[in-house]
Order: sequence, then C-alpha cells, then structure tokens
Amino acid sequence: MSVVVLAGGLSAEREVSLRSGRRLAEALRDTGYEVLVLDLDGNLLPTLRAERPEVVIPLVHGAAGEDGSLADVLEALDLPYVGSPPLACRVAFDKAIAKGIVAHDGLQVARSYSLPHGVFRDLGAAGVMAGIVDNLGLPVMVKPTRGGSALGASLVHAEEDLPPAMVAAFAYGDSAMVEQYVSGVEVAVSVVDLGDGPQPLPAVEIQPRSGIYDYAARYTAGETEFFVPARISQAQEQECARAAVAAHIALGLRDWSRVDFIVNDQGVIFLEANVAPGMTETSLFPQAAAAAGMTLGSVAGDLVRISSARS
Amino acid sequence: MTGSRLDPWIDSYADRAMGMTASEIRALFAVASRPEVVSLAGGMPFVNALPMDAIASTVEHMLLTRGNVALQYGGGQGDQTLREQILEVMAPVGVKAHPDDIVVTAGSQMALDLVTKIFCNPGDVVLVEAPSYVGALGVFQSYQVDVEHVTMDAGGLVPEALREALARQRAAGKTVKMIYTIPNYHNPAGVSQSQSRREEILDIAKSAGVLLLEDDPYGLLGFDGTVPQAIRAMDQDAVVYLGSFSKTIAGGLRVGWAVAPHGVREKIVLAAEAATLCPSNFSQLTVSEYLRTQPWMDQVKAFREIYQERRDTLLSAMGQLFPPGTQWTVPSGGFYSWVTLPDGMDTTAMLPRAVAALVAYVPGTGFFVDGQGRDCMRLSYCYPSPERITEGVRRLAGVMEAELDLIHTFGRAPGHLPPGPATPSPDLA
Repeated sequence: MSVVVLAGGLSAEREVSLRSGRRLAEALRDTGYEVLVLDLDGNLLPTLRAERPEVVIPLVHGAAGEDGSLADVLEALDLPYVGSPPLACRVAFDKAIAKGIVAHDGLQVARSYSLPHGVFRDLGAAGVMAGIVDNLGLPVMVKPTRGGSALGASLVHAEEDLPPAMVAAFAYGDSAMVEQYVSGVEVAVSVVDLGDGPQPLPAVEIQPRSGIYDYAARYTAGETEFFVPARISQAQEQECARAAVAAHIALGLRDWSRVDFIVNDQGVIFLEANVAPGMTETSLFPQAAAAAGMTLGSVAGDLVRISSARS
Repeated sequence: MTGSRLDPWIDSYADRAMGMTASEIRALFAVASRPEVVSLAGGMPFVNALPMDAIASTVEHMLLTRGNVALQYGGGQGDQTLREQILEVMAPVGVKAHPDDIVVTAGSQMALDLVTKIFCNPGDVVLVEAPSYVGALGVFQSYQVDVEHVTMDAGGLVPEALREALARQRAAGKTVKMIYTIPNYHNPAGVSQSQSRREEILDIAKSAGVLLLEDDPYGLLGFDGTVPQAIRAMDQDAVVYLGSFSKTIAGGLRVGWAVAPHGVREKIVLAAEAATLCPSNFSQLTVSEYLRTQPWMDQVKAFREIYQERRDTLLSAMGQLFPPGTQWTVPSGGFYSWVTLPDGMDTTAMLPRAVAALVAYVPGTGFFVDGQGRDCMRLSYCYPSPERITEGVRRLAGVMEAELDLIHTFGRAPGHLPPGPATPSPDLA
C-alpha cells in the first residue's frame, strides 16, 4: 500500500514537522508500506495526482497544516487521509474556540482572553491589559491563539513584562491569548481510534528541567524528563483519560490527537488539543504508544487501513 | 521514581555542552532555506558565478595526475605546494612568510578553533568587536572563554575602547589571551579599519602582551579593487593571521589557513593532527590545481563586481523602503551591511513575522554574547540576485512597519528570547 506523509511547510514548526514526518515514514516502511515524504510546495499537487497514494498522512504543524486548510485540499482532491476533518482542525487549532467548546461539555479550562492586535490598538493597550490582569491576576501565560510548539509563548509574572510578551505572541499570529497561569503537573494524553471509538493512551507527565516546557525543552533530548505512567493518583489518571476522550469527541477530532492538561488539586484543566501530534524522538505521542505496548508503525499502519476503507 | 529523559547521557555531558539546545531561532532559519523565502541571512558566497566546467576539468586533471596523493592521508601542516601558493595569494595584503609558517586547515573556522584551543583556558578572556562573527563567538564559548565586546564605530574597532577593556580586565584580575578582530569588511558590521587604526591596535596588543588574532576572509573583496594591508604585514610575532579560500574560490572546499609565529605554528600543527590527522588532500590539491591553472584573480574580480552590484541594490532598496530612523553601514567590500532599527524595535522578536512574510535576516543578538544587538540585524547581499534583494527588502520593510505598529500599541519591547548567540546553521555564519 502506498502512503504519502506530508511534512515541512512554511511555518516556524517546519523543522519539527520534517523530523516527525521522517520518523513516521521510517516506522511505516518497517511495517511494509511504500512511503513518500512530501513537502508543501508547488510540486505537491502534481506529485499527488501522479502518485495517487492510497492514503495521505498530514504531519504538517502550524498554520496550513493544522488549521484545516490542508485537510480541505485533500478532501477536494478526493484523497483519503489520516486525521481530523477540516472543521475539527479549525476548531482545535484556535485555542480560544477549542476551550469554549470543551468547557461547554463540562471540562475545566483556565480562564483566558484571546484578542487581536486591533482591539489593543483601537481601545488602548494599557487599559485592556490592565483589565485583563485585574481579572485574571498574575502570573499569566501569553501565547499565540493559534500555533504550537510553545513558539511565541511567555510566562509573565509582572505587569510590566506583559507588553513584550504580547509583542512576542503577535509575532506568530494576529491573535494572542492571555491565560491564567495554572500550576500543577503537566500531562499529555494521546487518543487513538483504531475502529472501536477513541481510546486514551497512558498519560505522559512532562517535567522540563528549566521549569518551562518551551521550545528548547520540547526538542532537545534530555531537557525534559517524562514519566509514564504519570506521577498522579489513579483517580486523576482516570479523569485525564476521560477528559482527553471527551475533548477528542467534543472537538470532532478523528483518528488521533493529543490533548494537554494541567493536573492539580482543583482537578484536570484542559490546555489545548493537537490534531497533528508530533512524532519526533522527543515527542509525546510515540512515548504514549510505546507505554501502551504499541509501536508507531503499528498504530499508523492501522490508521492507514482505516482511512483507506473510509474512502 | 525515575522518568525517561530520552537521552541516557544527559548527566554525562561536559559543562561546555550545556548551552547546546534546540532554539526557536534555529527553527525559524529552517524555513529560510525554502526557495520562496528571500534569505538575506546567509553569508553564502555566490558559487554559481564560478566557472564550473573549468573546475570540473581541474578536478579531473588533478585526479588523473595526482589521484594517489589526493585520495591518501597527508601531512598535518598541509600540502607543501599549496602553502607556497598561499604565499602568493597573501602577497596583495602584504603578508610575508615562509611556507613553514603556514598551517592549512578545514576552513579558517578550524584555525580559529585550534588557536583558541591552544591559548585559552576556561575563564580566560578574549576581547572581540561589538558585534563579532557568530562563528567565532561559538568557538570561544565552546572553550568556556569569557568574551568581552569592545566598541566599534564606522572605522572598526575603537582603539581607546580596546585600551579601556584591557585595563578593566586586568584590574579585575582576569587573563586576556587574545584580541580577535576582522579588519576588512567586517562580518557582521560591514566596516573596515583605517591603516592608522590598525597600527594603533597592533601597538596596544603588543604593549599588553596579548596575541592579536586577525581574521581576514574578505580582504581581496574590496569593491574599488584596493587591497588593505593586513595587520600581520606589520608584525610577524604578535599576530596570528587567518585566511580562507571560502570567499575567493568556494566555501564547500573547506580550505583555509593560519599564518603564525614559529612556536604557535608548531602547537597549531600538533592540535590539528590531534583533531583531524590532516586536512583534506582532495580539497587542498583541488585548490592548488585551480590556482595553478585558472585565472583565479580574474574570478575574484568577477566576484567583486557581482557583490558590488548587489550591495548597491541593497543600499538603494533600503533607502527607498525602510522606515525613517533606520540606519545601516555602507560596506566597501565583503558581504554584509549592519542595520540598526528605530528605537524600541527588537529584531529577534520580529523574526517570526519576517519568516511568515518570506524574508529572513540574522538578528543582531546572534553577534553578541551578552544580549546586545536587539535593535540590529545583519543583512547579507552576497547570494540573492539583485531582483530578489529588492523584493526581500520590500517584504522586510512591510514587516518593520507592522512591528512598529505593534510597538506603538504596546510600547517599547525589552525583548523576549534569551540573549546569546543564536547559533545559526553554518550557511548563516
């Protein structure tokens, strides 16, 4: 069976995506698939038309890859693909919208405000920021409303540090989210649906050496310590699993996803959901699959077969 | 309970490896390699201008006649014939030496590494220009050297500031081992030292008993055809001179050299043998054959004309398109212009927006070890065509306008990303 893995793209997460794509392609080849890794460029559509792969696996991170655009193009080309449909991608990619939807379904979320630059400019940034800080208190997380890999994200402890954090977040997009900082244990729960409905994989606890799970902590081996199973109570682990599946369903996600939480005395707090989970050497999804006794190749292979049958 | 850190050796690394981590900046540079992006970041020579057919026949002839040497190990100091030819290459800059004074290395970057290795203990001080070559800063940091930046102006390193830095370090009980300088068409600042200033800097170094490390990869690339005299031309004992074929022939050959006083040269050779046994014979013989059979100086002249046209294009486009308050240096040779943005702008924070707009540059902080340079950036004009340079500046001007709009909204940005060299990949250095 021929498979095309889409990786790269033009976002700041290009390098991460390329590493994810190469690793997944290797895992699939080991299980007998013919795999081509293609970048998002002007050659892509002619190559897809010529190759007519049986299934496409989009692993492009950032905009275009995760905002539903790529899924739309694959639908238009009538190519079966692994992963979430366009609308679900759009909903999940926007952290503000995703949080609203899962909160409506009963999940706990950190309070936040997500605003475009224009609102700060037109209403006066100082007044808007003061209102937000009065409401949320400090510290706060500032991050691009859309995007991943912690790019443009800052933890802000003092009000005077908020403006540069806003500027940094707006460098990655037109909308920035200021979110109440929630302390606790950071965990990621991967979800896979191998035909029996979405199932949670074991929660992976993340403990960055620097204390902040930023870009360096995510993609430098050794900079973060991972615990599987996570060092949380059994009840908390069960709640994480339930919440991850609930989020996956509420957002309309398909095949696979990764949902990030903070666990503390108040419960399990949803941070965000990812429709194209990373597959690099330091990524969370492969660790969770391994903890569940699965290989990356077997999970991806099953999803390829399911996606092919879906067409 | 012990978790997995995915790297079983994490507690075994040397202290000097502690800062070697993934970074947002490197992630952004990964995008800059895409053809859609106009990269004003890379310091890559325009190798497309080389006579490829002539080089192919040069390599073929070299292999057919001296293949048994080219494909064999060689001496640690480098090929004797090439060292004699290097003397001819250095004649225009006034460096007089004996072939035995020369050590051939894998680019002058390796010579820089070796000189630092044999001179510097952890905690020793190297004085460098402000800003300085990012590849040198990486070497100094890898040997745990304390780096102090010394003020530059339009005439390069400021002698009085150098005196003050030496005095300050001495007063602090520190050992200054080297003064590292790029006198010609500075990377990244794009400025050159006057002859009188070179003499003054040499005097200061000699008076202080501190080695002067002169890095001169661009000396032959002055646009008016004049070739400034090297500092090494004035003194054979106080200066180690680094030269390179990367900009005059091709960086991919990785052939550079050091000219050093006898004792220093002996140690460089021993250190080089420990590191690599010997420089690549294949590359050395290719360069040697090219120098022997091709009009290499005519090719250097062709490079000068190409780079001058591109510099003119860059300067003209910046003059027309960049926002008021932006300043830049006007290089009289080499590859780079150093751009200072209006007050409050942060080129590191702005880089994601630039990459999204399909244009790349190197943020100024990459050329400092101490977080300076936030309002600066290095623009390279050596590789993109004039049309692409104009388009790149147009895109960058739009990015700067948007960033100014953000700053107008939120106020002056003191910065987001941590300070220090941005560790660009080699093609950006």
